[in-house]
Amino acid sequence: MIAQILVDGITSGAMIGLGAIGLTLTYGLLRFANFAHGEFATWGAYLALLVAGAIGPADPLGPLTFGWPLLAALAASMVLTALLAAALDGVLFRRLRRHGSAITLVIASFGASLALRSALEFGFGPQPWYYTRDIAMTVRLGPGMRATWDQLAVLGLAIVLMLAMHLLMTRTPLGRAMRAVSENPDLARLAGIDPARIVRVTWLLGGALAASAGVFLGVTVQLRPSMGFELLLPLFAAAILGGIGSVPGAMLGGLIIGIAEAASVPLAGAQYRAAVAFVVMLAMLLVRPSGLFGGRGG
Amino acid sequence: MTALAVRDLVAGYDPALPIVRGVSFDLAGGAILALLGPNGAGKSTLAKAVAGLVTVVSGSIHLRGTPLGDVPAHARLRRGLGFVPQTDNVFAGLTVAENLAIAAAILPRAGRAGRIAAMLTLFPDLAAARRGAAGRLSGGQRQMLAMARALIAAPAVLVLDEPSAGLSPKLVGVVMARLRDIAATGVAVLLVEQNVRAALAIADHALILVEGRVAHAGGGATLRDDPAVAALYLGGRHAA
Amino acid sequence: MSGLASYACFFFTVALTYGVATLGLNLQWGSAGLFNVGVAGFAAVGAYAAAWLTAAPAAGHWGGFQLPIALGWIGAMAAAALAAAILGAITLRLRADYLAITTFGAAVTIELVALNAQTLTGGPFGIAFIPKPFEALADRPLAFGAANLALVAAVAALAYWALERLTGSPWGRVLRALREDEAAAASLGKAPDAFRLQAFVIGAALIGLAGAMQAQFFGFIAPDNYLPVLTFQVWVMLVVGGSGNNRGALLGALAVWALWSFSGTALAALLPGTLQARGAALRVVAIGVVLAGVLLLRPRGLIGERATVSRHISG
Repeated sequence: MIAQILVDGITSGAMIGLGAIGLTLTYGLLRFANFAHGEFATWGAYLALLVAGAIGPADPLGPLTFGWPLLAALAASMVLTALLAAALDGVLFRRLRRHGSAITLVIASFGASLALRSALEFGFGPQPWYYTRDIAMTVRLGPGMRATWDQLAVLGLAIVLMLAMHLLMTRTPLGRAMRAVSENPDLARLAGIDPARIVRVTWLLGGALAASAGVFLGVTVQLRPSMGFELLLPLFAAAILGGIGSVPGAMLGGLIIGIAEAASVPLAGAQYRAAVAFVVMLAMLLVRPSGLFGGRGG
Repeated sequence: MTALAVRDLVAGYDPALPIVRGVSFDLAGGAILALLGPNGAGKSTLAKAVAGLVTVVSGSIHLRGTPLGDVPAHARLRRGLGFVPQTDNVFAGLTVAENLAIAAAILPRAGRAGRIAAMLTLFPDLAAARRGAAGRLSGGQRQMLAMARALIAAPAVLVLDEPSAGLSPKLVGVVMARLRDIAATGVAVLLVEQNVRAALAIADHALILVEGRVAHAGGGATLRDDPAVAALYLGGRHAA
Repeated sequence: MSGLASYACFFFTVALTYGVATLGLNLQWGSAGLFNVGVAGFAAVGAYAAAWLTAAPAAGHWGGFQLPIALGWIGAMAAAALAAAILGAITLRLRADYLAITTFGAAVTIELVALNAQTLTGGPFGIAFIPKPFEALADRPLAFGAANLALVAAVAALAYWALERLTGSPWGRVLRALREDEAAAASLGKAPDAFRLQAFVIGAALIGLAGAMQAQFFGFIAPDNYLPVLTFQVWVMLVVGGSGNNRGALLGALAVWALWSFSGTALAALLPGTLQARGAALRVVAIGVVLAGVLLLRPRGLIGERATVSRHISG
């Protein structure tokens, strides 16, 4: 049973981690907690549903429930959601940053979150949607350890995306500039970096990664208008756990939250899953508010 | 040619209460101008206004003949202005090499490695610590890294905000000597300092600011020997 | 005619319960600068506490003490205050944005408990048959509505008066000074955490009272009533009215509740039957857009904060 908890926890933790990367980056860069970040995941999932629907059906890939159209839809939805995130910053947050407090931004993001979610609910209705109705085939990984092929594929894609993100942050001039602006915006300007450009890139990346988390959640569970909103607390918990602004921290934090949630199911029942993130986050804030990787909290 | 020309500059964080209130000076390539004065006189604010970090209310700043008024802070390095802030002047979470690479990124791709190597030659201490986090450097090494970062794009003007702050007297001597070397290569150096003796020892000219205005101006040596200036600014804790 | 008058009574009654919640939030945010994103959670605590204390025993849920409504409301305030005291003691020393996240998390957790602790809360079915004030008048709608309105108006007026006294007192001035310049206020020897905690607890008690009053006027509560959209509504009321100003808080509650009610009616009239169920979602979009507009165009709200007196104390 413990092995099964690990499998489930790692899969959902990978999705939480993907979503938390964008949250922790915008949080570290702009110093504000974006309550609308979960909606990027929801929008990503539904946009992929639209794109996959437009492409039409195709044979599933091997033992998976989905075929290449969903992979194409994933890519398209990441691009579209990235633009959505950058647009939200452009019309709302950037203007408020100029003459508002960080808290005004948080309230605005709370409102944007409800508006984005409700718009989807208006368009698609409150009922769940699925990319496919096929039954997912499972594979036995070891004694008492089963996973669906979909779960494994999603986990693999998530790991690829996280690795790509890690390499981008550590090995490229763009990642270096992003870390520099996050650490010290004034000094970054003096060093010739245009902060507005970095902010734009961060929204694009954060939106794209959140969209991928949303699509993966849609593949392994289902699509509902509230899916991203319910992800929000685990995302914040992962970001705080890993240290605000830290990409590896967000990935590790996501993994810890995912496993903690999965472990809580046999103890407290699945219905209290969402509260686990809250409890872990509260404990972290009490013990070490700067997070595991010593971000800019405290 | 005048590298940096400041005319009737009024600047501050709150336009209603400017801290710099009408300062003018010219700085030629290869020369060192020291900006001195008591705490709160507006020295640092003036330096930050030149760097683009503080709002200019009125007056002008020209860099090699072109006005800087509408140039955002991040574009000034490219125009030939390097700035070394007093505190938090390195990216502590990045390695020394990354700190240098960031500023080198504004150079053409082919020239970057050469300039980084040149800086590591100029500041040999940094070469050894290249792969370590800048946050682990000593105070003197940080100052060197900050200077290297500002110099890497070969600016026409280098502005430093109290580079001697927090350094031992011996290290202050090293930093000042390095500034002299840098000026000798043709760079115009604007040096904001609390440490009046150290600054006047290397400055060609000096301005003493009091309450946002120029109270005394003259050659470095002249001011050093001026009994009035000595009485006002050379006594006390800097008399070492 | 009497139908319209009853509706007006009902409208203002509900609007004023929101007004009391907005007053509570205004004390927390407007005066103390505490960013509470868990309004719905405190309202839920108050509502369930009042329901347990005043309703008759029922098989579906805990409680059934059949106490007088006044005691139910006092109990609701006490329960919300206790919840705020526990949460505040843990989180108030954290940064403002962490308080926002933790209060949000607390509200989500409270909603989960309301939904899943069936033996306590009745689960998704909630608690029904909560006694209404003036139930004896129930067969005369206008008198019933007027009596209820008079009651909630009296409570709102009392809360307004008490808060005006409180924020004008030395205690209120310290709060404002803390909000504006913690270091300066702390140097006067004021322990910032104690003052903040008091404001947080009193504000939560008012939000709990608002939740209790709504439970009592509707006669029925369920976890659905305490979703984050409630938090958002109260925040929009405060932002629209102008935070830091108690009159603004009440005015904002009226204005936003009017917008909310009328947009609901309008959508019901305009949307075809098949889309009716989704109309509620459009209302949230509309109110979100209103909030963004107010923040961008009129950041101080309809009535901005009056010139504070804190300059004297921190200056």
